[in-house]
Amino acid sequence: MSPETVADFINLLASLLLLIAFAMLAQRRLLRLIHLFALQGFVLALNTTLVAATIGHTHLYFSALLTLVLKVLLLPWILHRLIDRLNVRWDVETQVNLSTIQLVGIVLVIIAFNLALPISQLAGTITRGTLGIAMASVLLSFLMMITRRKAIPQVIGFLAMENGLFFAATSATYGMPMVVELGIALDVLVGTLIFGVFFFQIRETFDSLDIHHLERLKDK
Amino acid sequence: MTELLLVLGCPLAGALLLAVRGHRPAAADLNVFASLLTFLAAAVLTARVISGGPLVALRELFFVDAFNVFLVALTAFVGFTTAVFSRVYMRVEQDRGKLSTGQLRLYHSMYQMFTFTMLVALLTNNVGILWVAMEAATLTTVLLVSLYRTPASIEAAWKYFILCGVGIALALFGTILLYLAAEKVLGPGGTALLWTHLDEVKGELEPTVLSIAFVFLLVGYGTKVGLVPLHNWLPDAHAEGPTPISAVLSGLLLNVALYAVVRNKVLVDGALQTHVAGHLMMGFGLLSVVVAAFFLSRQKDIKRLFAYSSIEHMGIITFAFGMGGPVASFAGLLHMTAHSLTKSAIFFAVGHAAQKAGTQTIADIRGLIRVSPTVGWGLMLGSIAILGIPPFGVFASEFLILTTAMREQPWATPFLLSALGVAFAAVFSKVQAMVFGETTAQPLPHPPALFPVFVHLALVLVLGLYIPPYLAQWYRQAAAMIG
Repeated sequence: MSPETVADFINLLASLLLLIAFAMLAQRRLLRLIHLFALQGFVLALNTTLVAATIGHTHLYFSALLTLVLKVLLLPWILHRLIDRLNVRWDVETQVNLSTIQLVGIVLVIIAFNLALPISQLAGTITRGTLGIAMASVLLSFLMMITRRKAIPQVIGFLAMENGLFFAATSATYGMPMVVELGIALDVLVGTLIFGVFFFQIRETFDSLDIHHLERLKDK
Repeated sequence: MTELLLVLGCPLAGALLLAVRGHRPAAADLNVFASLLTFLAAAVLTARVISGGPLVALRELFFVDAFNVFLVALTAFVGFTTAVFSRVYMRVEQDRGKLSTGQLRLYHSMYQMFTFTMLVALLTNNVGILWVAMEAATLTTVLLVSLYRTPASIEAAWKYFILCGVGIALALFGTILLYLAAEKVLGPGGTALLWTHLDEVKGELEPTVLSIAFVFLLVGYGTKVGLVPLHNWLPDAHAEGPTPISAVLSGLLLNVALYAVVRNKVLVDGALQTHVAGHLMMGFGLLSVVVAAFFLSRQKDIKRLFAYSSIEHMGIITFAFGMGGPVASFAGLLHMTAHSLTKSAIFFAVGHAAQKAGTQTIADIRGLIRVSPTVGWGLMLGSIAILGIPPFGVFASEFLILTTAMREQPWATPFLLSALGVAFAAVFSKVQAMVFGETTAQPLPHPPALFPVFVHLALVLVLGLYIPPYLAQWYRQAAAMIG
């Protein structure tokens, strides 16, 4: 493949990621949200493999493999097990004001592109053009965390934010050193397991996974 | 080298052992023993670094200099004394039926794991691993905050997890940007995140990227330091978790997070050749001092009260490091030490006081000195020390910070002085009412573990009267590195 084709393909994958980020923001069904999260991981892994093939960094292949195993297989599997055990597989979140959130999302994308511009000019990578999209995915996941009222979608937003950061690292620097990436992966995995424990604790205590129960502690 | 491996190995081995063996009557003793070994190894490591200078070990993965070795010693020491306190405290909680053996197993194992992650964060030479260890420190403590499984404790832990998780994600982005700037100079691969290498080339790092990176790093790690307006998780997590955890969160974790900020600040200062990073830190620090001071008087829960006091003191230290210069950095380090020792001592006393009174509500804790003079005096002296009354160490460091501020940043002094005054009025009146007067408290089934309280307070007193020459030398070296 010629460099132009590769660059086009990378840009295509990046725009796909942006699309997924918006889809997650709008998705009310829990099950589909998990599917979208797995899809996001898959596109990330594909993108990393492509970059690795183009520039010939072997450590990027490992990082693509790590993404595939952790974010496409392991984490979605854990999430599926969790929603089965919690019996919330068909949960639909109704109190989401979609049109306003999508509009705020568009504003965030513009901010992200402006913020990324000075940084991407300094980066020497072939993928630097996608840094804006990476930052937009981070901000959109953040928005998703803020707007959701249920615990599990909030955590998926958190994990999607980590995906966005991983994408940013690949765009700007061809990925962090291996030891750091492994450490981050371990933290994400342990974090997800702990979140799982939490879902049960929250459910046991409040009889629901709605986090408006978790807004009592305030300074009177 | 061996000492370094022991410092990291003891808590890790302790954590695994405690997790595998489960909760037996001796688990608390094993916890104390592992912490003691860690402390001894840290003491030997400290002696080695003082006599032999900075140490780089294990293919440059670990790095010990004057700045982190003093925090390693402090962390290991407070980790040990807290384990001593926790042995009695948790036994009382168990006798009162608040905790099951499974919960105690989790508690002891995670206590050691938490110590381990903090020591890794302090000792690592890799800024990326520093991030990983900071995140791991959150992960190990989050289930401890919700240990009692009350609605309030689960809420506090959830808030702690989500807020610190988002904060630390921002710090990761900052680290990515730092790596972007570094690999231009050092080339891609593992060495570009090693602090020793970064320190050598900090003048060549791209200033624009580094200034953006520092904003993310400060906000990210600042969430963990508890800087206003990112402090919301801190009072809840301190108030709802078991008291030994409040003591180590306040006394140690906040320090380690601030350590991460300062390490990065050194690089940013070198690259920018301006004082932007310092000004940002001064701003956040001052805001934290003022806001926390005014929140103090509104607190009704004794642990929340001292949690806000921690925010105030972390603000003072951040302000001091922000000002920079040999005197302010020296004072910042001294204040870190004194605050750590004093605040954990206060939490030990507070823990037993709350157990005696059967509540954490300030209005219901009265006349401690009648039932147990040691708990009463411990709380009183600790509060006097933390409020900066001479001759305690906190006075010495606050005095140095204030006088430097008057000379270099005169605009900030009125804010600092009035905040310290407000804090004094708020804390002293509340503590006085709790210590003196008619009593409501009841005696405990086990004699309280107050030995650590008075050891800590004695050390803070010594720091206020006389700083031993090697310690002063040590602070000066670290302050010179911080700049």
